[in-house]
Amino acid sequence: MILRELPAPALTRRLRQDGLRLRTGPFLFELRSPLPLVQEGIARLYADYPLGADDEYVDYALRIEHGAGWRRWVKPQARFLFDDQQVFEPMPASHAFALLEWSMNWCISTQAHDCLVLHAAVIEREGLAVILPAPPGSGKSTLCAGLIHSGWRLLSDELTLIVPEDRRVLPLCRPVSLKNQSIEVMGNYVPGAVFGRIAHETAKGSVTHMKVPSDHVARMQTPAQPRWVVFPRYVAGAATRLTPRSRAQSLLDLARNAFNYMVLGELGFEVLRDTVAAADCYDFEYSRLDEAVAAFDGLLSGARA
Amino acid sequence: MSVGRPPTGDLLSGVWLQRAPLQLSSAEWQLLLVQARATRLQARLAWHCARHGGLEAVPAGPRRYLIGALAVARRQVQTVRWEVNEILKAMAGVDTPVVLLKGAAYVLADLPPAHGRLFADIDILVDRAALDAAEMALLVGGWVSDERDAYNNRYYRQWMHEIPPVRHVKRSTVIDVHHTVTPPTSVFNVDGRQLLARVQRLPGPRPVFALQPVDMVLHSAVHLFQEGEFDHGLRDLLDMNDLLQHFSEASPDFWGQLLARARELGLQAPLHHALFHLQRLFGTEPPPAWRAEVRALQPAWLPRQLMAWALTHALRPMHASCHQPGEGLARWLLYVRSHWLRMPVHLLLPHLVRKAWMRRFPDKPKQQPVTPPVA
Repeated sequence: MILRELPAPALTRRLRQDGLRLRTGPFLFELRSPLPLVQEGIARLYADYPLGADDEYVDYALRIEHGAGWRRWVKPQARFLFDDQQVFEPMPASHAFALLEWSMNWCISTQAHDCLVLHAAVIEREGLAVILPAPPGSGKSTLCAGLIHSGWRLLSDELTLIVPEDRRVLPLCRPVSLKNQSIEVMGNYVPGAVFGRIAHETAKGSVTHMKVPSDHVARMQTPAQPRWVVFPRYVAGAATRLTPRSRAQSLLDLARNAFNYMVLGELGFEVLRDTVAAADCYDFEYSRLDEAVAAFDGLLSGARA
Repeated sequence: MSVGRPPTGDLLSGVWLQRAPLQLSSAEWQLLLVQARATRLQARLAWHCARHGGLEAVPAGPRRYLIGALAVARRQVQTVRWEVNEILKAMAGVDTPVVLLKGAAYVLADLPPAHGRLFADIDILVDRAALDAAEMALLVGGWVSDERDAYNNRYYRQWMHEIPPVRHVKRSTVIDVHHTVTPPTSVFNVDGRQLLARVQRLPGPRPVFALQPVDMVLHSAVHLFQEGEFDHGLRDLLDMNDLLQHFSEASPDFWGQLLARARELGLQAPLHHALFHLQRLFGTEPPPAWRAEVRALQPAWLPRQLMAWALTHALRPMHASCHQPGEGLARWLLYVRSHWLRMPVHLLLPHLVRKAWMRRFPDKPKQQPVTPPVA
């Protein structure tokens, strides 16, 4: 059963009482929240996602609650609770859905230590994955959003999960987070795209999330083999440029972008070593999305040849 | 377990007696892991499962988190070894043995409780006469006191068995520097020199020490029962259980030495309470030859019953799912008792009044939780 098939009152009841069991990639989340914004966001962006059965193991049970005490009514807040503990500072209630997304990321990045977890977007085509590690502001999510509407499949826009046993990337397939100008850029680039409500004045500016195409969601149990590591950088007005970079440096930069490289120790190093050994590594500068898409298509035809 | 009715109750405390793979529903596994996280015993649970039936016997859902917890614990052991070496380098010129306490000692001495143990800080014991020199050497090495408040600082130095924790400016590792294991004003005061006289050298190129086996066990007992808070209670008991089992197998006379040392240091009551709960939770019994002497440790009937009742409550995992009526009262009584044991009334009352004042009118805002790391 997928979330779309659940009538609205049933969705409300699950979010308020029983918990909504939602699967994204390898994780089953159990979400609870009385906040209408959270329900609206989930209904809009997670319509195609499968619901978990009652007897399945829940990976992360989390709650987005009203602010404590008078902060429920005056300048209302939203709070994220995990194991009944408040993890972050409360946020304005108007950011509740963004808070849910961040909270879900927090759960994975602090606890899924059976995988190497990189702070990177990752996309796939013909079974081959491109890992896009980058600091915030580099235009990684925008590039990722553009590419997944141009023939590539979304594995994840934030968290790349590499399985140590086979060095493959597990899809997470969650809504793509977009900030500030990127929101309008993607609105123009993808006619008919579905966005969540925009949360203004967050720590990261205006933030929203973009729905993942339903055929990508349908394939979210299919992993992919990393074939390229591309460090993207958006530079206004720049020409599109793909420059090879050293594997050794790429390993170090990937390690720096990992959440649990140190936790995994030697195993983390081995996973990254094998990942860069099997991948071509590039720096990528861009300012125009359609040229960027052409450059990535070029990578793929190079691999086919 | 009927589907739809979530399980409740303390699942964690009973796990340690199970020698076969755990047979739990998904919902029970989920609750067990919540309780393990709340008590910081997730890696310890993983270690237990790995030893009794293997991790393959655990369903895939919870298994990945047990694997992850073991990775975190392995990493922490590496960090502790490395950090201890840094401490020894920094303190090389100070005229005191550096004695590792608790977790760090278990790791460096390669004792069973090191497996799956998670660390918050490293505890060391030094000669009281060298305390200032030790603090200075650590400062030079990069460990700085977190305590900015003058009253708290003075309180630590005047009345406590340790100085305020020091934190490394770059690596953020925390060291608790002790000169003995109980506050000098406490009912159970132990002279640090009595402990230092019997320390054992640990393997390694630099001189580093641990308490002798019986003192390790007694420290574990006294630490558990002089604290006012029990968030690590179950972990400390598990440590102690491992130590007892390990040392008594290694030396047939261990129980005799333990009981003699408890009398020598005046720690009969903490040892009694600890052994009572080891028996209750893990079925650990003294050898028949020593049962009479162990029974002789026990305090009078009323305090014994009261403590047994209160500790049985307080040692349950601190999570809503384990809550029982009376638990709040039990925890409060133990908190009050811990202060009572620590200091005579004429010192305690002014201190509590001062602390209440400081809580009511703090000098600086409390530290806020962090903002989310991922956009």
